[in-house]
Amino acid sequence: MDVKETVIEILNDLTGNDVNDAMDTNLFDAGLLDSMGSVQLLLELQSQLNVTVPVSEFERTEWDTPNKIVAKVEGLVG
Amino acid sequence: MINLEPYGNPQYFIYLLIGLIPLMIGLYRGHRWRWYQSLVSLVFIFLMFDGPKLEQGIALIGYVLWEWIMVGGYMAYRNRANNRWVFYAAVVLSALPLTFVKITPAVAAGHTSIFGFLGISYLTFRTVGMIMEMRDGIIKEFHPLLFLEFLLFMPTISSGPIDRYRRWLADYETVPDRDKYVGMIEKAVHYIFLGFFYKFVMAYFFGTMLVPRLSALTLHYGGDGLSWPLVGYMYSWSMYLFFDFAGYSLFAVAISYLMGIETPVNFNKPFLSPNLKEFWNRWHMSLSFWFRDFVFMRLVFAMMKTKLFKSRVTVSNIAYILNMLIMGFWHGVTWYYIAYGLLHGLGLVVNDWWLRFKKKHRKSIPHNKFTEAFAIFITFNFVCLSFLLFSGFLNTLWFVKP
Repeated sequence: MDVKETVIEILNDLTGNDVNDAMDTNLFDAGLLDSMGSVQLLLELQSQLNVTVPVSEFERTEWDTPNKIVAKVEGLVG
Repeated sequence: MINLEPYGNPQYFIYLLIGLIPLMIGLYRGHRWRWYQSLVSLVFIFLMFDGPKLEQGIALIGYVLWEWIMVGGYMAYRNRANNRWVFYAAVVLSALPLTFVKITPAVAAGHTSIFGFLGISYLTFRTVGMIMEMRDGIIKEFHPLLFLEFLLFMPTISSGPIDRYRRWLADYETVPDRDKYVGMIEKAVHYIFLGFFYKFVMAYFFGTMLVPRLSALTLHYGGDGLSWPLVGYMYSWSMYLFFDFAGYSLFAVAISYLMGIETPVNFNKPFLSPNLKEFWNRWHMSLSFWFRDFVFMRLVFAMMKTKLFKSRVTVSNIAYILNMLIMGFWHGVTWYYIAYGLLHGLGLVVNDWWLRFKKKHRKSIPHNKFTEAFAIFITFNFVCLSFLLFSGFLNTLWFVKP
């Protein structure tokens, strides 16, 4: 499974929604992600993709849509 | 000797503007004259802490030296090693002067700590935040001068908004282009006039005209329980708190803008929040975001990583309560600040439970203009009730009634 699919699966799991239809939706504004969800996201990225993002690196505006998150993670993996 | 309280009266802005004009001309023409910015900042900081405030001024110098050694020392250590206990020690030592200042009045009634000065709580957020980002490997170098310029950034020194080192540095090391800078000046002028209205009209009306009268009425006729003047006091004091602090924050942001630094804003129509979680995204934002990023998220991260609790809900509930309790203690070691923190922690737990319930039963719960207005009404009243606690008036009413 590639990085994009894995990230989307994590997001689907965390938000309880299918984010494939909402790749540019602001997840925080939509109430789908909050600080708690952000931390879970970081932990899942660490365990599933071996990508380490410290909490202080998590700048909300850079991680607020599925597309941005995928791009961010792809950058960190590759 | 002249002593100038920051943003204390309209004349202050005239002095400030005269001092800032050369800096503004430089920025407009694409230069940041750091030496001039430092000079003018030091002059105004001197005027805040001279004359009758001299003791505070000396405390400030001691504090800055202490933090310079702590933050610089931790960076030097972190570049070689990364033991977690050294990190905890650095955080505790960096917060030590503030801890003394907060605990002294609680153990020795009527005394204030010799380490105290106006703004110490806000400066401590800057240093502790830096140490945490050094631990995470995000801040990689300690620059002895830039550290001082950040710590002592004049517009926000007394009461925030709380900026972050990396964000501030990115602004400070560049000059906004001319169009952007002109836009920032326009915003600054707007903020200053809005701030005048908030602080010198609205906060004056509620704080100086209504609050003392309602206080006297409650103390003389209201009894110990619920009374009409007490309800009036609750709403007036809440309005006073908002207009006074939001007005001050507008000034601090505006002056930062004139200096070409985009200090984050502190308030975004908080009383229109539809729930408590949203309220904390709109009220004293730089403080609540600091707590979110440096306390709440770290607590959750640690608890989930070590699998301390099975349920995610338990983890977030514990983190909410600890987060708000720490914020309560930060305000001061008195029963009413701590109760205020606890009340907001519990409020967030209930709020989160309701949001989960609503998500599950989305179809059967009505949603319309009326329910939205009702949600705002409930949130507003909960917040005002918590501010009544926060004001300390209940302490006067119940325990130290004159």
